[in-house]
Amino acid sequence: MKTIEEINEKIRQGKAVVVTAEEMIGIVKEKGVERAAKEVDVVTTGTFGIMCSSGIYFNIGHTKPRIKLGGGKVYLNGVPAYAAYAAVDLFLGANALPDDDPRNKYYPGDFPYGGGHVIEDLVSGKEIRITAQAYGTDCYPRRFLDAYITINDLNEAVLFNIRNAYQNYNVAVNSSNRVLYTYLGMLKPKFGNANYSSAGQLSPLLNDPYYKTIGIGTRIFLGGGIGYVIWHGTQHNPSVERTERGIPKGGAGTLAVIGDLKQMNAKWLRGVSMKGYGVSLAVGIGVPIPILDEEMAFYTSVSDEDILAPVVDYATAYPNRESDVITYVSYKELKSGYIELFGKKIPTSPLSSYPKAKEIAEILKSWIKEGKFFLTSPSAPLPGVESGIKFKQFSGKEILGEVEQK
Amino acid sequence: MRTERIVLHFPKELADKPVVVNLVKKFNLDFNILKATITPDEEGLMVLELSGEDDNFIKGIEYLKDLGVEIQPLSQDVVWLEDKCVHCGYCVSYCPTKALYREGYFVKFDSQKCTACGICVELCPYNAMEMKLFV
Repeated sequence: MKTIEEINEKIRQGKAVVVTAEEMIGIVKEKGVERAAKEVDVVTTGTFGIMCSSGIYFNIGHTKPRIKLGGGKVYLNGVPAYAAYAAVDLFLGANALPDDDPRNKYYPGDFPYGGGHVIEDLVSGKEIRITAQAYGTDCYPRRFLDAYITINDLNEAVLFNIRNAYQNYNVAVNSSNRVLYTYLGMLKPKFGNANYSSAGQLSPLLNDPYYKTIGIGTRIFLGGGIGYVIWHGTQHNPSVERTERGIPKGGAGTLAVIGDLKQMNAKWLRGVSMKGYGVSLAVGIGVPIPILDEEMAFYTSVSDEDILAPVVDYATAYPNRESDVITYVSYKELKSGYIELFGKKIPTSPLSSYPKAKEIAEILKSWIKEGKFFLTSPSAPLPGVESGIKFKQFSGKEILGEVEQK
Repeated sequence: MRTERIVLHFPKELADKPVVVNLVKKFNLDFNILKATITPDEEGLMVLELSGEDDNFIKGIEYLKDLGVEIQPLSQDVVWLEDKCVHCGYCVSYCPTKALYREGYFVKFDSQKCTACGICVELCPYNAMEMKLFV
């Protein structure tokens, strides 16, 4: 019905009709799928939440005399970076912790500073102290480095997240008699609360449940700048159970994304500390969805009541990797502040920020309307249901287990 | 009738003397101790909800001040750093007095309802709550 080129032409002429995924719900309800597909060109989505598999890579330039960090040890504000590329290329993951952080030895740990915070500080333009030890070679004689660097001193600084924007997620509860500290927050004993993390109706992959438009090469809003989908994310699992309208009933698709960190903004990349769990990075992502046909108009009209999330016990089922689901609840129920479980009203806590998700969808909308952002055709699709890809659990041969068996 | 949540800082000399009980005996005030501790330098710190007739309330406060107790409203001690808050709403269901609450999807903080329990300070992933009580 419409092509991406036609939509881009409309954007160029300032004539494209762009709405957020939240606005699309009402439009389809009022006008029907057919008219909505004709009238709307682009639907913008957004999500802002804690996305652990995030990180940055960067190049610090060559020191005089030269130093080879690869194979050495490097710390950024005391947080260890991955120094296993060439001389001055480094990688830093959001979950990295200083060697002297007590972790959970002092339970529950506070995790005040780590990789996510270094990323936030770097993006903010703050000075970061780099300390490095290298082994020295004839061509790279230097063995120590202690210096302050800022993002402006770096050559490339790139956000490179290998799993973001989960398509739906668990709702965590706790059946035990003690408080649990998880990546989904603090869980009160005896089903005292229920925590969830998804933007629901605004979430990118829930608006394109079969990855018909989002693919490799899709240009996106990433951390306040422009980024790209570069692959499916790790643990991408398209073959999970779905509702009648195709919405996965649990964690399913994921995205690997990349973008120039220098264009980004600390408002959309925030270091986080999860008590008793660790550090991470909250990331803002927005994906535009071209309304190519009625099918896409229908998919983007998904609302919180259509999206079901599995309630999982983080005292038993989750840590032991059992697949038990207590029940399914909709995001409409979750966002009301309470869900009902075993006949009891339980307060809910979101970890994903809906107001920020909405702000991202609005920013992306204005970028497109102002002709600053154009849509892309994917170079290749993400693996869909037909790919047969299923997330494999650990299947390595455990050595300890073998010994025990003998 | 007047009800306020206040923070009392007792000097060393007063830490082992009965003080708060006199608010009842002498000034007919009601109190509810929300938090009480002796800090490492032996200063006493108490968070109190105090209520009574206006006149008595003022007299009670004067009595405390005359003894050398420093007084400040609780609302100055727990601070919501709005620019750090991402309005995820995670804190809301933990706040025992609903001082943190949601308006639509946005988080709001009513410092008058806060009892300085500190759970939000411990839990906020973004460090958007700050407590100055023990500094």
